[in-house]
Amino acid sequence: MKEYWQEIRALTMRWVRRLSREKFSMLFTLVQPMLFWLIFFGNLFQRAADMQVTQASSYISFLTAGVVVMTVLNNGLAGGVDLLFDKENGFLERLMSTPIHRTSVILSRFIFVTTITSLQVLVILAVAWLLGVQPVTGRLGVAMILFIGMMFGVGLTAISMAMAFSVKSHGDFFSVPGFLSLPMIFLSSALVPLAAMPGWMGFLAQFNPMTWAIDAVRPLILQGWAEALPHVGMVIGVMVLFDALCLYGGARAFRRAIG
Amino acid sequence: MSRAVAIEVSHLKKTYEKVRAVDDLSFQVYAGEILGLLGPNGAGKSTTLRILITLLHPPSGSATILGMDSVKDADRVRKTIGYVPQERAIDRFLTGREHLKLLADLYHLSPEEASTRIPRLLKLVELEQQADRPAKTYSGGMKRKLDIACGLLPDPKILFLDEPTLGLDVQSRLRIWDHVRAMRERGITVVMTTNYLDEADQLCDRIAIIDGGRIKALGAPHELKVGLGGDLVSLTGREHDRVELLAAAVKDLPAIRAVTTTPTGLDIRVDSPEKALPAILEAANRLTCQLEFIDYHRPRLDDVFIAHTGRSIKDDQPKAENQ
Repeated sequence: MKEYWQEIRALTMRWVRRLSREKFSMLFTLVQPMLFWLIFFGNLFQRAADMQVTQASSYISFLTAGVVVMTVLNNGLAGGVDLLFDKENGFLERLMSTPIHRTSVILSRFIFVTTITSLQVLVILAVAWLLGVQPVTGRLGVAMILFIGMMFGVGLTAISMAMAFSVKSHGDFFSVPGFLSLPMIFLSSALVPLAAMPGWMGFLAQFNPMTWAIDAVRPLILQGWAEALPHVGMVIGVMVLFDALCLYGGARAFRRAIG
Repeated sequence: MSRAVAIEVSHLKKTYEKVRAVDDLSFQVYAGEILGLLGPNGAGKSTTLRILITLLHPPSGSATILGMDSVKDADRVRKTIGYVPQERAIDRFLTGREHLKLLADLYHLSPEEASTRIPRLLKLVELEQQADRPAKTYSGGMKRKLDIACGLLPDPKILFLDEPTLGLDVQSRLRIWDHVRAMRERGITVVMTTNYLDEADQLCDRIAIIDGGRIKALGAPHELKVGLGGDLVSLTGREHDRVELLAAAVKDLPAIRAVTTTPTGLDIRVDSPEKALPAILEAANRLTCQLEFIDYHRPRLDDVFIAHTGRSIKDDQPKAENQ
């Protein structure tokens, strides 16, 4: 067990070191969701959005839950990219030729992606707070938001890693998140509540795990525990199922690639 | 003389999408030697190496490393071997020292052990000055040295090198050769793949020539050359019919071992050039067979390769082996 932690700690620190040396990339991934979505999109639709429909005091307050989950989505889907590079330049092979537990590489990645995503979510909530959005459920609510984000992130990161291990080329890898990301956002309750969507879109959005996550995060920010708890209970169930499926697929892809 | 066997490969097979990458391969590696797997790209060298370092599971056959099975005892095997991959498997954002620290943790070294080994290795591969610079600032030769330091970090009993000097300039190559020889001096068994004839010839104690996933020849470079039988006299003739006549005439001369007709003339294996050369020239004169060019040389590894595979290793276009 001691050896296992030694491996995981060393591999996680490697990701941290890499990130600290890519300062621009770190800045942009951090700024992008708040700037584009929360500030631009939130203000742009402030007057276009109907308060009766969004059931929120401002569009930004409605959008905050969506931006939080979108951040989890984007980080999760990109979570495997560094492993793709490792696979392509032979570094993964070098790691695998050492006597490490096979899962250390993957676990270190989960820990890293989850931590970075959680920090980003906190930054988004802080910016939203500056824009007048205060989660009514307080610190405990924020902790619950982080937990939901983490559960969703684990499944997404597993999908991303499975792709990294399976794809033949870079292009294949990057085209999937590029293709998936926007439909996932539009076919969810991130920008518009389900009830206000065209029937077919609302129908499809029900099958999007992102919708479940947002529907639990939103009342934690806007309404309170009483409204949030049933949704939180549901999302935990959905996410357990989602994560189990993704982890199963990820483990298969990993075994195929590594042997 | 029986020697201690470090690696025993027995009837190894591995197929990729119906192509036999490795086809019934069997050989032994002796403790303390440098064994070279020589062959063109796609011959099955890297596949063999990856089976030996436990990264590939052979569907049939077995590989035993220091008595441990490459599949069943994979974890124990990994503790005793070092591996230097073909690609520059370097994280460009990490410094040289950080690479070694990372690997020290992956080999479960104690901090004290790591802090004595790492500076020693950096000194050995002459990277002390650059140890704290990110690897993206390193030259190809420096990256290779770091690769080798990484391979040596676990203090391995066997070191596997995949194309150790591919793409390096001459000076860096010679330095790497020195490092490999130094490893042998320290008692490390080295298994390396190469598609450079001179590297195999000068660096390896024994060579396994691999082509089409099979071993075509195995032995010390000089044994393989001697095994070809005699020095080689190559004649380029002007008229084809005359060359045929000459072939018939020289066949039974003393000191001649074998005569083969080539598209341009004759290849003649001779025991003693002092006796054979005048006799060949005399016969050519007598038959008025005009010669354009005469070449005489000791057998080279290239000749060994051609003799065993039917083609020159240089015929193969360099391309990345993707197996």
